[in-house]
Amino acid sequence: MKSALPILTVILAILAAWYVAAALMNAPLQRDAYANAGRTDYSTPDLIVDSLNMERPKLPGPHQVVVELYRLVFMTPPMSKRSLVYHGIITLQETVIGFLIGAALGIGLAVVIVSVKWLERSMMPWIVASQTVPIIALAPMIVVILYQFNITGIAPKAAIAAYLSFFPITVGMVKGFRSPDPLLLDLMRTYSATRAQTFMKLRAPASAPLFFASMKIGAAAALVGAVVAEVTKSEDGGLGARLLAGSYYGQTVQIWAALFAAAALSAALVGLVGLVGRITERRMGAHP
Amino acid sequence: MNARVARLLPPLAFGLAVLALWEAVVRVLGVPPIILPAPSAIAVRFAGSIPTLAADFWQTIKGVLAGYVVGCGSGFAVAVLIDRSPFLKRGLLPLGNLVSALPVVGVAPIMVMWFGFDWPSKAAVVVVMTFFPMLVNTVAGLSSASAMERDLMKTYAANDWQTLRALRLPAALPFIFNALKINTTLAMIGAIVAEFFGTPIVGMGFRISTEVGRLGIDMVWATIVVAALTGSLFYALVAAVERRATFWHPSYRAKEA
Repeated sequence: MKSALPILTVILAILAAWYVAAALMNAPLQRDAYANAGRTDYSTPDLIVDSLNMERPKLPGPHQVVVELYRLVFMTPPMSKRSLVYHGIITLQETVIGFLIGAALGIGLAVVIVSVKWLERSMMPWIVASQTVPIIALAPMIVVILYQFNITGIAPKAAIAAYLSFFPITVGMVKGFRSPDPLLLDLMRTYSATRAQTFMKLRAPASAPLFFASMKIGAAAALVGAVVAEVTKSEDGGLGARLLAGSYYGQTVQIWAALFAAAALSAALVGLVGLVGRITERRMGAHP
Repeated sequence: MNARVARLLPPLAFGLAVLALWEAVVRVLGVPPIILPAPSAIAVRFAGSIPTLAADFWQTIKGVLAGYVVGCGSGFAVAVLIDRSPFLKRGLLPLGNLVSALPVVGVAPIMVMWFGFDWPSKAAVVVVMTFFPMLVNTVAGLSSASAMERDLMKTYAANDWQTLRALRLPAALPFIFNALKINTTLAMIGAIVAEFFGTPIVGMGFRISTEVGRLGIDMVWATIVVAALTGSLFYALVAAVERRATFWHPSYRAKEA
């Protein structure tokens, strides 16, 4: 809690900078609006206040985003297509389903890789290399391919979410399963433990810290995947679709609201994983 | 040299096997090219569209490089500046870490609106995406020199600037290169996704989204090959610079022996 004050200060500074930037960026637009309305008698405070409350500003003020968020989350019926709850739930479903699939596949592959020596040598370089490739570029194509198989709705987006979370989880879990001290592995050998026993009693528990670290990365990646997939196939809704719709119609406030909703969703998911991780590690006897 | 070949052989064989399997599955099962074109078909398409692919590459790489340089540079500069204030460090670091959990790439539509369809808007997205990883890693790196080493600098009567240059910056290099490497991928992702939101009619992200719409899946794959090669080469380049700059680091020293 020692850092509460510094964090608060930084947040306040960001908000202040945001207001200044918004006023500076919107003022020219607002001046044009005054000119169009034939108003010349405005004072500088008028200009600033009006710049911060435009309907389609270049950069909406923070309060406008908050108001829009409040309106779209609490004041709109949750099942209406304008509600962010409606779109947020779509994105959340895709993210969670995709994340679970990606995590299961990633952990499975990691188990196989650490158990089969030749697979590790032949596959690992590719999986590591895949980290340097912008795999998100594949997202639009996967949506279309799945569409050919009549897979529509949230499934294609969940697939992309799964696919984006899969690689970091695999890499992290391979590292995790390999993290035990060689001395401990030798100890298991002196107990004449089978490979399965070594895995269950040593490698799996030892991977816990990297497990939760890669789950966090995977959850964040899954959400990015879901949002980008929604951009490429936007008729089914979701926060990504709101981003795209906002950018089509110049609804800047709506873009920012969708962006903040996505950020909140992501932070909540990652926070949840982190919480489960902390509880588990404490149960396992870690001393924080 | 022999050991190197032995290390490269299994992954190469694996890659070739995957390609062969892919080709065989497509041919034997007669998979329509709209779903999955054969590697040979992609290669033909690639060879036949080099001018287009090159134009897309240049358009995208402009945004990637400009954004990468500005984003990493400003992240580094801010880190060096706030390094002197523990208060700011305590305030900015948790926020910087939080940002890594957020879908930052979502700022793409906003940047396209602010900076237009051409490459500057893509560079802006890349700046936002690369800034925080660089900031967080540099701050961590600058505090990685041990207390002993810092005391030694004090006994030399080194001032802050000298300590920074002679001890703390070199000690931070592995962290900085870590961020530089993470950021190569983030920069590619940022630029390509930003192109999904609007471009002049050129660029890798544009090519992918339009060819997907026209069901030119072989062209999509050809573009993905370019993106993959670009991403890996970019990463390899930074990794090579890292090897030369941090040759003293144990992770490289061990390999030489």
